[in-house]
Amino acid sequence: MLLKDEVGMLQRIPLFSGIESTKLKLLAFTSDRVSYSAGQILFRQGDEGDAAYVILSGRADILVDSDRGPIKVAEMVPNSIVGEIAILCNSSRTATVRAASPLEALRISKDHFLRLMKEYPEMTIEILRVLADRLSHTTADLIDARSAK
Amino acid sequence: MEPSLARYIWTHTKKQQLWILMIVVLSMIPYFMSFDLPKLIVNGPIQGRGFEQPGATHPFMRLHYNLPFIGEVQFFSGFQLDRTATLFALSLVFLLLVVINGLFKLYINTYKGRLGERMLRRIRFDLVDRVLRFPPVYFKRVKSAEVATMVKDEVEPLGGFIGDAFLQPVLLGGQALTAMLFIMIQNVWLGMIAVVIVVIQIVLIPRMRRRLIVLGRQRQLTARALSGRVGEIVDGIGAIHVHDTSNYERADIAARLGLIFKIRFDLYQWKFMVKFLNNFLAQLTPFLFYMIGGYLVIQGRLDVGQLVAVIGAYKDLPGPMKELIDWDQDRQDVQVKYQQVVEQFTVEGIIAPRIEALTTDDPPPMIDPLSAISLSIADDGGAVLLDRISLQVKPGETVALVGTATGGADALAEAFARLVWPNSGRVASGADDLLELPEAVTGRRMSYASSDVFLFQASLRDNLLYGLKHAPLTSVPYEGVAADQRRWDIEEARRSGNLDLDIHSDWIDYASTGATGPYDLFEPVRRVLDAVVLSRDILDLGLRSSADLTRHTELARRIVELRAALRTRLEQEGLSGLVVPFEPGAYNKEATISQNLLFGAAAGPELADRALAANPYFASVLRQAGLDLTLYEMGMEIAKQAIELFADLPPDHQFFQQLAFMSAEEIPAYETLLQRLKNRPHEAVSENDRAMIVTLSFAYIEPRHRFGLLSDELMSKIVAARNRFYENLPPELQNAVERYDPAKYIAAATVMDNVLFGRVGNNHPDAPDRIRSIVYDILDELGLYAELLDVGLDFNVGSGGRRLTGGQRQKLDVARALLKRPDFLILNRPLSALDQRMQDKVLRNVLEEARCDGHSPAIVWVVTNPAMAMMFDRVIVFDSGQLVEDGTHETLVAGNGIFKELLS
Repeated sequence: MLLKDEVGMLQRIPLFSGIESTKLKLLAFTSDRVSYSAGQILFRQGDEGDAAYVILSGRADILVDSDRGPIKVAEMVPNSIVGEIAILCNSSRTATVRAASPLEALRISKDHFLRLMKEYPEMTIEILRVLADRLSHTTADLIDARSAK
Repeated sequence: MEPSLARYIWTHTKKQQLWILMIVVLSMIPYFMSFDLPKLIVNGPIQGRGFEQPGATHPFMRLHYNLPFIGEVQFFSGFQLDRTATLFALSLVFLLLVVINGLFKLYINTYKGRLGERMLRRIRFDLVDRVLRFPPVYFKRVKSAEVATMVKDEVEPLGGFIGDAFLQPVLLGGQALTAMLFIMIQNVWLGMIAVVIVVIQIVLIPRMRRRLIVLGRQRQLTARALSGRVGEIVDGIGAIHVHDTSNYERADIAARLGLIFKIRFDLYQWKFMVKFLNNFLAQLTPFLFYMIGGYLVIQGRLDVGQLVAVIGAYKDLPGPMKELIDWDQDRQDVQVKYQQVVEQFTVEGIIAPRIEALTTDDPPPMIDPLSAISLSIADDGGAVLLDRISLQVKPGETVALVGTATGGADALAEAFARLVWPNSGRVASGADDLLELPEAVTGRRMSYASSDVFLFQASLRDNLLYGLKHAPLTSVPYEGVAADQRRWDIEEARRSGNLDLDIHSDWIDYASTGATGPYDLFEPVRRVLDAVVLSRDILDLGLRSSADLTRHTELARRIVELRAALRTRLEQEGLSGLVVPFEPGAYNKEATISQNLLFGAAAGPELADRALAANPYFASVLRQAGLDLTLYEMGMEIAKQAIELFADLPPDHQFFQQLAFMSAEEIPAYETLLQRLKNRPHEAVSENDRAMIVTLSFAYIEPRHRFGLLSDELMSKIVAARNRFYENLPPELQNAVERYDPAKYIAAATVMDNVLFGRVGNNHPDAPDRIRSIVYDILDELGLYAELLDVGLDFNVGSGGRRLTGGQRQKLDVARALLKRPDFLILNRPLSALDQRMQDKVLRNVLEEARCDGHSPAIVWVVTNPAMAMMFDRVIVFDSGQLVEDGTHETLVAGNGIFKELLS
C-alpha cells in the first residue's frame, strides 16, 4: 500500500476527517507502517504506552486480564484507532491488543500524536467525542452488570 | 624535594657538568689556533714572507718545544714545503680546524641538550611520582589540569637551562675577566673606569630584574589558574549548558586573559627597559674611554697605541657581560619556576616510598580482623563524620553498614579503603596500622568499589583488568632491533632516575582471579560480569561494534555457519519475513537504493554516504547502466514530495527525524534547487546539482517511504549496475569498499550486520529485539558467546567512562573489585545509580559470587536501603557519626532502635 492510499484510508476515519490531506500525508509518512500475523500482540496490558495504532486492514481483539485469564472486551475493525488512552493519560496500557487476523496498521508515536492534537483542535474534539462515546458505553455496560448482580 | 635548583642540578649531574667543562676547555685549543692561522697564511705564503728566494722551502709540522731545564727539544723536523705547497697545506689545516671546531660544537651542544632532557625527564618523573604519593586530602584542593600543566609546561624551560647551568658562568666569566685584565694591563685608570661601569651593571641590573621575577611568578600562577579553569570548563560542560552559564564562563576567561595580558605586557615593558639600560651602560664605557682617554692623550699622559688597544680589548667585554647577565636572568627565571613547582609538590604527610614499593610476589592473605580503633574522621570543613568509633570486622564476616546520609558509614568504608585518613584513632589489620601496610598488601588483598567510579579512557577489558596490574610478571623476550631498543630504554630510564619496568610485560595477576593465564581468564571474567548483570550490555555493545579480526578470528571463520543457523532458526519459528537477506543477484527491498547499488560496506571515505553520488567512477557506472536519468528523476520526485510534506514545518519539528533524505537545514536549498531545475533537461544540469539530486534517491526504501517509485525494471537495472561496478573497480577504490559475500565476514560492518547479512523488515516493530535474542541463542549454541563478549570488551569507554551509563560504570567497578578475589571486599553504596530491584539482584549475585570456590572474604557493604541489610550476617547502624546499633538482622529488627525506624 502506498502513501497516497494510506492517506485515503486515514481520511475515511472520523477522527481525521477534519484534517487536510497534505497533513494526513505527513502523518502517514512519519508514522511506521507495521504488520502483524494473526495471534501476534500489538501491546500488552501494563506496558508503557508509547504509540497509538490506526488499523488499516484486518481485525484485532481487545483483551483485559482477569482472575480467569484474559477476557475479550471488544474487537477493532479497519479504520479504528487503538491505544490512544495510555498516550493521553501518560499511564500504562489498560488492555492487551492482539491481532485476530493478518493485520496492517499505522503506528503513530506518542510525541507525534500529542503534537497533532495541539495543532488540530478539530482532531482533539473528535478524539474527545470518541472517548465520551466509549465512556457512555462503558457506563451503560456497568449499569447492566450492576443490575444483573 | 630539593628547594634550590642549582643544588638539584649539581646533585644529579655533577659528573657530567665537570666532563663538559673539561671538553669546553679542550675545545679552546683549536679555537684559538684557528684565530692565529689566517695571519700565518696571509703573512707567509700569500705575501711571501720567508719565501723571498725562488725555490725556498719552509718546514711544515715541525714539532719543537722549549722545555724548562732541558732547552730546545725537537721531536719532528717537519716536511720541507715550497710556497704554493705551504699555502695549500696551511689552508687545509684551516679547513681541518673548521671541521674540528664544528665537531666540538656539535658534541658540546648535543651533550648539553641530552643532559637537559635527562634532567627534565627526571624532574617530571619525580613530580608524577610525588603525585602518586600525595595524601588523599591534597586532591580535594587541587585541580587536575593545574597539576598537569606544572608537570608538562612549567618545568619545560628547565631542560634548556640545565646544560648551561654551570658551564656558562665559568666560560663567560673567564672571557670577561681576561678582557678586563688586558685593559688593566694597558692602563690602570681606564681599567678602573671599565670596572666601575661593570660593577654598576652587576649591581643595578639584577636589582631592576627583581620586578621581572615578581611578574614572572604572577605570569606563571595566572597561567596555571587559566589551565585549571579550562580543565574545569571541559569537565563541567554539562552543568554549563544546563544552567546557561556559558557567557559567565566566557567573562571569567576573558577577565583572566586580560590579567595575563597585563602581566605579560608589564613584563615586556620592564624587560626592554632593563635591556635599554644595560645597552646604555655598555656603550657608556667607550664614551668615557674616548673622552677621558683622549684627554689623557692630549695631555700626553697616555700614548695613542695604548688607547687604541684598550678600546679594541673593550669590544670583547660587553658580549660576555651581556650573555652573563642574560644567563643570570634565565637562572632566576628558571629558579622561580622551579620553586613554584616544588612548593606545590611539597606536601605534608606524603606517603613513604616503601608503602608503594614494587612487589612481584603474592602477599600473604589478610587473616587478621580489620578494626577501627577509636576512629575519628572530620571533613575538610571540620565537621565530624565519625566520632571515636571502635569496631572489628572478622575475616569471612558479611557486614551491612546502615546509616543516614550524615551517618558516617561511607566515611568508615573510605577509611577502610585508605581513601581518607583518620584525624585521630586508627584503622588496623590485626596489630598493624593499615596505613603502614604496603599497598601491595591492601591493594591486592582488599577491594573497594564505590558509587564514585573512575574509569580510564581505554577498553572495557582494560578497565576491568585494571585492578590486577600490580607488577610486571613476565619478562618479554626481545630480539634484534627490539632488544636494542629495550636495552636503550632501560639505560636511559636509569640515567634519568626513572623506573625501568617494562610496560609491555604482562602485568595481569591471573592467579588472583583463579585463572592460570590469558587463556582461561575468560571464565572468571564472565562470572563476575554475570554477577553484576553486565554481560548482556556488553554483548549488545559487541553486536553493535565491528570486531577486530586480528583478535576475533573465530567469528570470521564461522560466519557462514552462523548465518545459516540464523536462517534455519528464523524459518523454524516462522519468522523468515523479519529479515530480508542480501543475495548477490537480487534486489533487497528493505535496504536503501545505495546499499543495493554498492552491495558492500564502505571501508573508507571515498564511497561513504554523501561522497558516493559525487564519486566519478560510481557516476560513470550509473551512466553506463542507464540509471543516471532514472535516479535523477527519482531524486526530483523525492525532493518534491519531501518539500511538500515538510516545507511548512519549523526546522526543529520532531517530524524531521523521520525524513531520511535531507536535514531540516537543507530544505530551503533543495527548494531553490527544485525551482531552478524544474523544466531543465537532464543534460543541462551541472554535475554538482545532479549529484545533489541523485543523492536523495540513494536513501529511498520503498516499504518505509511508500512513494511508489520502485519498479521491477529499476530493481533489475540496479542489480546489473552493481555487477558492473565491481567488474571494473579501479585500483584506488579496491580498499574503499568491502563487497557483501555470503561466504565472507565483512570487517567494516558490525557483528550484528554480519550475522544478519540482510536487513530487518521495516514493518515489524518488535523485530530488532526478537532477532537480537535469537542471535544470542545461536551464538551460545555455537559456542561463540565468549567470542562476542570479548568483542564487547573491546569497547572504548571514553573519557572518564562517559560512553557508559552511570549504572554500567558502577557495575563495572563492582566487577573489578570482585575479580581480585580479595580477603576484604569493601563496597560503598556501589550501585546507587541502579533501581532498587536491580540493586537487590546484584547484591544477591555478588554475595554468592564472592563466596564461590571456597572463598570466604569479609564483605563490608554500605547499603543504600536498610532493607538490603537482611542479606548480611551482621548489621551496624550509624547515626550522626556515632555507632548506634550492632547485631544480627533479627536482633535489630526485634529491638526498638534506629534500625527499625529506618526500615519503616
